[in-house]
Amino acid sequence: MMNCKEATQLMSQRQERKLSLVERLGLKLHLFICKGCRATEQHFAFLRAAARRLGSRGTPEA
Amino acid sequence: MKTEDIQAALADMRPQLLRFARLQLRSDSQAEDAVQEALLAALAGAEKFAGAAAVKTWVFSILKNKIIDELRRRTREGNVMEFMPEDDAGEDFDDLFDRRGHWADAPTAWNDPETSLESRQFWVIFEACLDGVAEKPGRVFMMREILGLETDEICKELGISTSNCWVLLHRARLGLRECLSQRWFGEQQ
Repeated sequence: MMNCKEATQLMSQRQERKLSLVERLGLKLHLFICKGCRATEQHFAFLRAAARRLGSRGTPEA
Repeated sequence: MKTEDIQAALADMRPQLLRFARLQLRSDSQAEDAVQEALLAALAGAEKFAGAAAVKTWVFSILKNKIIDELRRRTREGNVMEFMPEDDAGEDFDDLFDRRGHWADAPTAWNDPETSLESRQFWVIFEACLDGVAEKPGRVFMMREILGLETDEICKELGISTSNCWVLLHRARLGLRECLSQRWFGEQQ
């Protein structure tokens, strides 16, 4: 069973490469039982969205 | 748009562009240069845009290219990563996880994060958090997510292995997650 550190590693790498089937299943199982990593999944997705937004049109006007 | 409207719109954007460039380049003088060049280039072609929002998007894309050029120039002049300070965090994220690799302090879900994107105060915190990430992971994260380069290209530019790139991105994301939790989302709840 993968631990949280490994799960966050895979969730980060998932944004860079396609995970293998084994990695995907392992991660899915881990996320199923781990609330902290489910929260991290949301956070990583949001970080990407926020950074992209900053890079495309900067911050909102006053 | 009329020339004077464009000039006014560009002048309004200048502080924001400067902040953006400083964050990416971590150098005031190079940020000034990049913004200056981007504004001049934008002024030359801005008539074709219908409104300030379109001009802004366009200026940002010019500025991003200027920043990428500058980062490439740095790489050509030597292996930039070698001169960057090692950060203290280490690759093990010692404080975040226990010895078995489980969360020392498990993260909790953020409440409606999309709303934050419309808050000016959020962006102040977001930029402060980006600025607070150690140099190497910060550099890779910004090249990847803000400047929009592909991982392969970043590794090549910085002269580091793909797996090293992944480690740095992972570290940056964990650091940013932690920072936003503490400085933004924590306060909301």
